[in-house]
Order: sequence, then C-alpha cells, then structure tokens
Amino acid sequence: MADAVLEMRGVTKRFPGVVALNSVDLDVYPAEVVALIGENGAGKSTLMKIIGGVYQPDEGQLRIDGQPVVIHSVSDAIRLGVGFIHQELNVLDNLDVAGNIFLGREPVRGGPLRLIDRRRMEREARSYIGRLGLVVSPHTPLDKLSIAQKQLVEIAKALSQNARLLIMDEPTSSLTLTETGRLLAVVKELRSQGVSIIYISHRLGEIEEIADRVVALRDGQNAGRLAREEIHHDQMVRLMVGRELKNFYEHSEAETQPGYFAIENLRTARYPDSPVSLEVAKGEILGIAGLVGAGRSEVAQAIFGTDPAAGGALRLDGQPLVIRSAEDAIRHGIYLIPEDRRNSGLVIDMSIRENITMPALRRYAAAGLIQRDRERERAAEMSKRLNVKAPTVEERVGNLSGGNQQKVVLAKWLSLQPRVLIFDEPTRGIDVGAKAEIYALMRSLAREGVAIIMISSDMEEVLGVSDRVAVMHEGRLTGILERAACSEEAIMRLAVGKTA
Amino acid sequence: MKKELGIFILLIVLCVAVSIINPQFLNGTNLHNMARLVGMFGIFSIGIGLVIITGGIDLSVGSVFALLGVLLSQMLMEWHWPSALAVIAVIALAMSLGALHGFLITKVNIQPFIVTLCGLLFYRGAARFIAHDETKGFGSEESGFETLRTLASGSLFGIPMPFILLIIIAVIMWVILHRSIYGRYLYAVGRNEEAARYSGINSRRVIASAYILSGALAGVSGVLIAFYTNSVSPSSHGNFYELYGIAAAVLGGCSLRGGEGSIIGILIGATLLQVLQNLVNLLGIPSSLNFAVMGAVILLGVVADQILKRRAARSRAARA
Repeated sequence: MADAVLEMRGVTKRFPGVVALNSVDLDVYPAEVVALIGENGAGKSTLMKIIGGVYQPDEGQLRIDGQPVVIHSVSDAIRLGVGFIHQELNVLDNLDVAGNIFLGREPVRGGPLRLIDRRRMEREARSYIGRLGLVVSPHTPLDKLSIAQKQLVEIAKALSQNARLLIMDEPTSSLTLTETGRLLAVVKELRSQGVSIIYISHRLGEIEEIADRVVALRDGQNAGRLAREEIHHDQMVRLMVGRELKNFYEHSEAETQPGYFAIENLRTARYPDSPVSLEVAKGEILGIAGLVGAGRSEVAQAIFGTDPAAGGALRLDGQPLVIRSAEDAIRHGIYLIPEDRRNSGLVIDMSIRENITMPALRRYAAAGLIQRDRERERAAEMSKRLNVKAPTVEERVGNLSGGNQQKVVLAKWLSLQPRVLIFDEPTRGIDVGAKAEIYALMRSLAREGVAIIMISSDMEEVLGVSDRVAVMHEGRLTGILERAACSEEAIMRLAVGKTA
Repeated sequence: MKKELGIFILLIVLCVAVSIINPQFLNGTNLHNMARLVGMFGIFSIGIGLVIITGGIDLSVGSVFALLGVLLSQMLMEWHWPSALAVIAVIALAMSLGALHGFLITKVNIQPFIVTLCGLLFYRGAARFIAHDETKGFGSEESGFETLRTLASGSLFGIPMPFILLIIIAVIMWVILHRSIYGRYLYAVGRNEEAARYSGINSRRVIASAYILSGALAGVSGVLIAFYTNSVSPSSHGNFYELYGIAAAVLGGCSLRGGEGSIIGILIGATLLQVLQNLVNLLGIPSSLNFAVMGAVILLGVVADQILKRRAARSRAARA
C-alpha cells in the first residue's frame, strides 16, 4: 500500500477538566474515503480541528506524506493540502462563485492598484466547478444557489488550494435525498481523482455506500475500525455506543382512531394553488417524505400557525379549528418541533428551565408572577422524564448536545398534554443513542393517543418510524403509502413527482 | 448579580477616589443634589433599558422631554388645566408616542433605530413650533403647582422626591421584569423572537408594550425634569438625554443585541453617570471636558467587561 497521506499517532488533547482525545490513531491513504463515526462528544470534532490547525495536540505525532508536521494554524493546514468543509458553510452570500473560490487569493493584474484579474479568476473557477459537475456561471451570486450548490463551491475552493485531504463534517445534514446522492457521486469522483476524504456523518446508510474504511471514536479513544466488507449499520452502531441498541425502530399495534386530525384543502402561503388534504389517526405516526422544498415544512407551519394558511380547514376530533398564530395551535394541543432547533425551537441563551416552561408559564404563575419553585420542580421533572443530560435545569441550553437540545424542545410540549405533535426533521444532527431515545418516545406518545406527523428527509427514518407515509412534491401531495407498500423506491418515485 | 458586580465595583472605586481627592463629594448637599438627578435620570433609563432588552433602542426620549415640557407649560400656564389632568395628559401622550413607535416597529417592520431617530427629529421640531421657539416655564413659586414642584424639587425625610419615586418605580419594575411572566417574555423575545413566537408568545405585542411602558416612564421623568429646570427651552431641553439613558442601560449590562440586562444594573449605570458629572465639577476638570470624561469612562467600562467576558468564554470553551 502507498504511503499514508495522513498519519496520526497517539494524539492526546486535554482541556481543563477533560481529556478530549486520549492517544488516538488515524491513518488516511491516498484516494480513499475514511468514515469517522462516533456519538456527539466522542472527540471527532476535536480530532478534525487538530488536523485543520485549530487546536494543537498535547501529545502525539502528525505525519503528512510521511513527514512529521506541526500544524500551527488554519493556513498551515491549507498549505499542507488539508481542506475542511464545515457543516456550517463558510461562504459569503454577497459574492459570486468565482469570488468565493478565490477569496483572499484573488489573481491580480500587475500595477500598483492590484486590480483583480476577473477573467483569469473566472476561467479557473469554471474549471474547478466543472470538475465537481456544478453547472452554474462563475458570476452567479451565492445567494442564488441552493445549499448543495454552495457546498460544491466550498469544495471547489478547497480544490483550488490544492487540497489532497478533504475533511467533510456532516456534509449531507441539510441536503435533500437527490442532492445527497449527487454529493456522494462527487465524493466518489474526487476519490478516483486521487483525493483522500475523511467523511463524518451520522447517516450510516451513506457510510455503507461510500466508505472504504470506518474508524470509530468513543469517549475520546479509538473504539474500533471496520474494513470495507465489514461496514454494516449494526456494526457501526455497536462500535459507536459500545453496546447493541435493541428495537431501534418499533411499530405499534395500538388502537387507532382514523380521521382524528384532519387537514382539508390546506393551502400554504408558498404553494397557494396546491391544496393538501391529509388525515392522521389518533395513535398513528404519519411520515411525510419528499425533497427539500417540497412544501412539507410549509404545511407544518400552516398547521401550527407560524405561517398561517391561505385557506383550508382543520378538524381535530371532529371539532373545526381556526389557527392564525402559534398561540391558537397551542391552545388546541397542537405542537410543532421545528426543523431549526437552534433558532426556532429554543432560546439558546436561556436555561433548560426557562425553555421548558416558556409556552405554559401561566401554569406556574399566580397573579402574573412566576412561582420559581413550582417552575423549577416541573422543569426538573420533565427533564428527568426525557433523560436530558445536564447538571441542573439551570444549564444554558446552548451548552447541550443536539440530542439533549431536542429533548428540551420535546419537554416543552410534553408537559402540556399534546393531542397532535408535528416533528420537522426530528433527529437532524443527533447522535445514534439520542436518536433511539427520540424514536422510542415518539412511539410511546403515539401509544398514549397522540396523533403524530413526522417530516423527514432521512429515508431510513421515514421507513423505520412511520405507520404510513405521505409524499410531497413541489407543494403537492403525490401519494400516501400504507406501511406494507413503503419502500425507498416507491417513496422516491412519488418524491420526484410521479404519481402512483 | 455577578454581571453587575464589575460596574458596581467601578462605581465604588470612583466614589472612594473622588471623596479622597475632594471630600466635598460626601457633603450632604452634594449627595442630595446627586440623588435628585439620579432619580430623574434613572426613571427614564429603566424605560430605555426595557426597550433595549427586547432588542430595540429608543433615541427619541430627549426630544419627547422637550415636547412634553412645552405642552405641560402650555396646559398649566395658558389653558389653566388642573395639575393632575395636565400630568395625566402628558404621560398619556408619551405612552401614545411609545405605542406609535411600537406599531411602526412591529407591524410596519421598520428598524427601531430609524423609527426613534425620526421621532428624535420630529418631536424636537414639534416642540419648537408649538413654543414658537420661545422658552416656556412654570413661573415663580407663587404661581402655584406646589405638588408638582415638591415632586421635582422637594424632599421627604431629607431624601429628594425624584429619588424616592425612582426607588418605588424600580421596585415595581424589578418585580415585573424579574418575576413576572411578562418580564420573562421580554427577555425571550429579546434573545430570540422567532423561538418565542414558536412557543406561542405574541412577540409583537410584547415588543410594542415595552415601548409603551418606556413612554410612560419617560412621561414621569419628563414632568419631573420640566419642573426641576422650571424653564423649557424647546431647542435644548432634554438634549442628549436619550444617550444618558442608553449609556446607563448599557453600562448596567443591557446588551444592544437584546435579551440581557437588569434593573439593578440600570440603576447602578444611571448613578455612575451622575457621579461622573459630579466628578468633573469637584475635581476642577474643565466642564468642556464633561462629555469626554463620560465617553472615556464608559468605553473603559465596556472594554473591561469585554475582556472579562472573553476570559470567561475561553475557560468555558476549554472545558467543553
């Protein structure tokens, strides 16, 4: 085998009070895709930040192409051929494609004015984006591009800096199914061009598809590795959590009450010409699949009143509802767990207690004044019930992991006896352990008689969790599949707009 | 409380230093006068603080004082309204202006800075027009309005009335801000309006009401200040007062990004500003340097706060 592009030996990183990495080894060979897996907090990010030059290790060695190196800064990393594609993209929306790719390294024409050589910049930009199969003009401003396209621009930028090792951190977390497929094709293409890739993802299906090797971290240590032929979902989960997760997906045999929550000809502000009608039974989990932009979140927003419907009717247990704001929805026991946890679901700078009690402060108040003891008691009780891992309920929500944050969002609503719960991408960016807990919770809520709508772009989740699956395409409902009829192919066919 | 500790220490250090250099600082009359000013400035600073906590700003307060002062003089001296009615009318007007600002900000979606900047210009112009650019006043002691004069210039048990009013208002506002549902909503909306809305909070109503409350407090301050100065020159009355309020709130820990701040902090901030004013007089610093001293000290305080915060954040990040 050729020399390793990257060799890490015995890398240890300590922060006051914790050992984030404890003697971790990692090798990456030319033209291979290494998937790095582990739960949140396992040390993946710290390890990548060491390669990227953000942190310096306390112990251990790094070799690039066999040469010992010390990476002091991000620019050192770039010089050594390491490109980092962060989960949150680092692109400037007000610049165009070429401007982003060459930001800070713009080719200049001679002369004291150092004018930007636009023509050269565009020519070179075109060749890089061509290599990635991105067909847009280098003049296109970034705010006209989709997230997937912006990501390709960021990859092009790394390639233009001669990156030979690309670190991709959760690259598909905000991509649609088709975009994910396209990105995976790009990853394979880059590999065939000789680029090595460290691929971090919680989506094990993708890893099965593209990884040549899997390296797992747990609690800051190497937890095992898998060769190409050993890469299977269950194996990976076992390495990450260190135990078998039983009943990851579980279906209910509960009594259901069909037609409990009915949506009739609901027209959203974005797709006013595509009325959507759906029924969710009491005790049922209805999945809504589709591509990003299919109008699924808009339906959720219309039901919840944060983006009121342009028309249509809602009935809950036979009673017609009028919902013009979240206040109205909440009064009827209809709650939304929004897609954007950090901006819509939580006030990130407030405590767990303040977030949990926010929608129902009146219950903990007398004469408009909040009774701290009652409030704290209730918040602690809810947070314990949902197994939120935090020292106390006074902890700032922003300090929690994604999974625990999502549990806080859930705790907010569960203390209010939900009748209808709408989950929008319930487990995005959440690690396997917390995922399993959230699925189990959804199922037990359904069993208790809650009607659940789950919007998800994670195919595995849609297939695993839903009792029935509704599929949308460009604002239209293209079909509803009974559980027995659900398959990835059947859903995809409807998601791209073919009707059943 | 931890947040206010830094500024509180700064206040104490300044007081000690000034009283060592010039013991006149601790003289009864000096403290008495300072307390009176703290009272008048503190009341409206609390209002501005509330607005800042929602993530907004209010630049119009100084001009509102001029408009209220001119109208108050008109009502009392020319139209001979009863004092109580005039005061109620003036405070109601201040609240309506706050409601107007709230409406423009939450329903028309104009940025608070712009709305209240236009207010700053408009109300000043209106005051000058109504007064024909002439100085208005409330006559001499003999012309009556004892109650109002006592509220502004009198004392109770040796404590200046405006200071007593400030304490009463501060206690009420403390309960509202730190203990009531409404107060929690103010912070939530200031931190993250969207998440607040997703929790069923009517964020527009919360924000608009902060401007109305701020208007009410400005109304009270406006009456006190008008009677304290006893003459209202429409082109200069209340000039820069909005900046005193903003400075007090910011010094006291209100973040202009919203969602942060406390009544105690604002009170300390307002006191610190008056101590600074006083210090310029007592230390024989040329009064032309008045604003320069204030600017420098505020900057110093904020820079020190940033350094402390960064240090705290670094140790927190290192732990994570």
